[in-house]
Amino acid sequence: MTVKKYTFKGGIHPDDSKGLTKDIPVKVLPAPETVYIPLRQHIGALLEPCVKVGDYVKKGQIIGNSEAFVSVPVHATVSGTVKAIEPYYHPSGVKVPAVVIENDGQDTLSEDIKPVGEYYNLTPLQIIDAIRNAGIVGMGGAAFPTHVKLSPPKDKKIEYVIINGAECEPYLTSDHRVMLENTEEVIYGLKSIMHVFSLDKGYIAVENNKPDAIKALREAVKGDNSIEICEMITKYPQGSEKQLINAITGRQVPSGGLPADVGVVVNNIDTCVAISRALRTGMPLMSRVVTVSGKGINNPANFEVTIGTPFEEVAKAAGGIKENVRKVIMGGPMMGMTQYNLDTPVIKGTSGLLFLLDSEIFDEKEMPCTKCGKCVDACPMGLMPLYLMAYSRNENYDGLKNYHILDCMECGSCCYVCPSKKKIIQHIRVGKAKLQIKMRKEN
Amino acid sequence: MSEKFVVSSSPHISSDNYICNIMKNVLVALIPALLMGAYVFGIRAVVLTAVSIISCVVFESLWNTVNKKEETIGDCSACITGALLAFILPVSVPLWIPVVGAFFAIIIVKQLFGGLGQNFLNPALGARAFLLASWPVAMTVYTKPFEKLPWIKSIQDIDALSGATPLAVMKQSGEMSATYFDLFIGNVGGCIGEVSTVAVLIGFIYLLFKKIIKPHAPLAYILSTALFGWIIGYNGAFTGDPLFSVLSGGVLLGAVFMITDYTTSPTTALGNIIGGIVAGFLTVLIRVKGGYPEGVTYAIMVVNVITPLLDKYIQPKRYGGRKNEKR
Repeated sequence: MTVKKYTFKGGIHPDDSKGLTKDIPVKVLPAPETVYIPLRQHIGALLEPCVKVGDYVKKGQIIGNSEAFVSVPVHATVSGTVKAIEPYYHPSGVKVPAVVIENDGQDTLSEDIKPVGEYYNLTPLQIIDAIRNAGIVGMGGAAFPTHVKLSPPKDKKIEYVIINGAECEPYLTSDHRVMLENTEEVIYGLKSIMHVFSLDKGYIAVENNKPDAIKALREAVKGDNSIEICEMITKYPQGSEKQLINAITGRQVPSGGLPADVGVVVNNIDTCVAISRALRTGMPLMSRVVTVSGKGINNPANFEVTIGTPFEEVAKAAGGIKENVRKVIMGGPMMGMTQYNLDTPVIKGTSGLLFLLDSEIFDEKEMPCTKCGKCVDACPMGLMPLYLMAYSRNENYDGLKNYHILDCMECGSCCYVCPSKKKIIQHIRVGKAKLQIKMRKEN
Repeated sequence: MSEKFVVSSSPHISSDNYICNIMKNVLVALIPALLMGAYVFGIRAVVLTAVSIISCVVFESLWNTVNKKEETIGDCSACITGALLAFILPVSVPLWIPVVGAFFAIIIVKQLFGGLGQNFLNPALGARAFLLASWPVAMTVYTKPFEKLPWIKSIQDIDALSGATPLAVMKQSGEMSATYFDLFIGNVGGCIGEVSTVAVLIGFIYLLFKKIIKPHAPLAYILSTALFGWIIGYNGAFTGDPLFSVLSGGVLLGAVFMITDYTTSPTTALGNIIGGIVAGFLTVLIRVKGGYPEGVTYAIMVVNVITPLLDKYIQPKRYGGRKNEKR
């Protein structure tokens, strides 16, 4: 039987470098002596702390919350004493208020933690509430609050639920390991989301460079026709929401729109596990699987890390970093953020922590653009990056608009293929920001 | 220790594809055509090519020195311009012709407009057009294949060695003066790099295999030349010989090495196809109805000039774009 393979237009084929960690089982990392929990770990409002310095907090207790709809609470990930609430290093590069908790090592659980129930006994609203209370966000990196995704406007009918196990970023293997080791929880999470929209069909998308994960998932859903495991052709950025939706449903999210506009909700693998745990055990999101990789780390590994653990501790557990590490990246090498400080804590969106040597990164001199058009072929959004770059430099706002700069999702495929090593995305980011400021002024 | 980490925005990795690698591969793809040129016309073809390449590199280096700019000859683009310029010269031209051509190509067409990536014309074609207008006799005398030519000295008794190219004969009499096989192998008069179809095709396959060029523009140009060659026949409408149109003159060389030039061709597949069709039409039109027996140079130059328009009006199909949206 031939199985349909899904894919999209454009994209690139970087060396996936996943071999470093893909066969290493997830190891639970003990919580550190002190955790630093930033009050902004998601896209949306900054949280207000609801504890004071000197308070004793229990594991799983809410320590930061907000009235805003687009926000989720954060929880104490250890039990202990609040030492400080102050701006602290954050993976985004700017300091963000964080609750610093000294771990008493007791792991005393909060009384609020009790199972919510099996999904089929709950109403959609109860499930969505439970997901918000558990502080669950999209764990692929963007950290968009999951309950918001699951509450689309009334006029949008959701017809597809897709779980994103593509993991197209090189190096990262956290989703891969979770699919292998927590297969049942992934499927439970998916079924909970299907229940929210009363759908009888769900999809899990996995790139075909993870045949063992595809096999494990297919075996787990054997005889169950409600879940289809979709084999995706390995190509970056297959894990991008819009490309995934296009590959599986054939639909395209309209420019400026959301997946719900075409009746689709996409969630991450780790998010499913978090949902499953929140419903069945009541445990909020307090840890996540992080791939620690790159040639600059002595023992690459996959760890289940307590949120708020400084990168330094994670690196130590992986055998320490080598002398000549050039870049530390949170996330993947295509879209991840560079870090300048290892005191920065792991947050909900930390899918990977990469320690890269000179040989793994590029630091080439820019050559003139020869208009070769390779960026045009690689752009998964069908844009013309070379002109966006040129117009951004010239501050040609009409050009930027006519060439649809706001559609760019900054996947970096254009930079990757550029033979002149142009920093196209950087120019596009600047152009986007300038255009948005100008449009705001005009309105 | 933390001070040592480099902070930059994503992406942090890049392909191992570089401009100079691409240029070097193009040079490799030009070797078969040079070898056939040398076989058919003798060592003089190699000498001319060497003079042309060296002149281009020297002029580029000179420009950078005079203007206190960073040296750019390392990107090998000047070498390609030099080689292509020599390939579209008759082998009998005096040796100062490629030097003047190199000056025009590198200084006037390329550097005055901003250097690599900024020129609106293909430098080699621009130089040929300039030479053709300035020294029309030297540029239109073609020696017969396999004549013994002096390596370096100017050719004195050129009339004795010269013969009309198949295109010129066709234009005058409407008859074919060479067999398809001669045209395919290169046993005809013509420019150094264009006589042998098979040599150019080897380069084409190499470039396609290395993914340096895409097939859209060359195929569109070749097919369009064949189609219009049949429609606009020398002896009346719909009487032309498509195969002769493609195999004769510089169509193949233009299709593989000229119309695929990154800087002066559109960036989209559709843009390239349209450019190829236009070039094919103009090539045949100039050949049959124009004043010259060959039209590849001007046809491709016109496509160079309309390239910015093609890139403006033909954008790729955008993800999530609405139908009939305004550009």
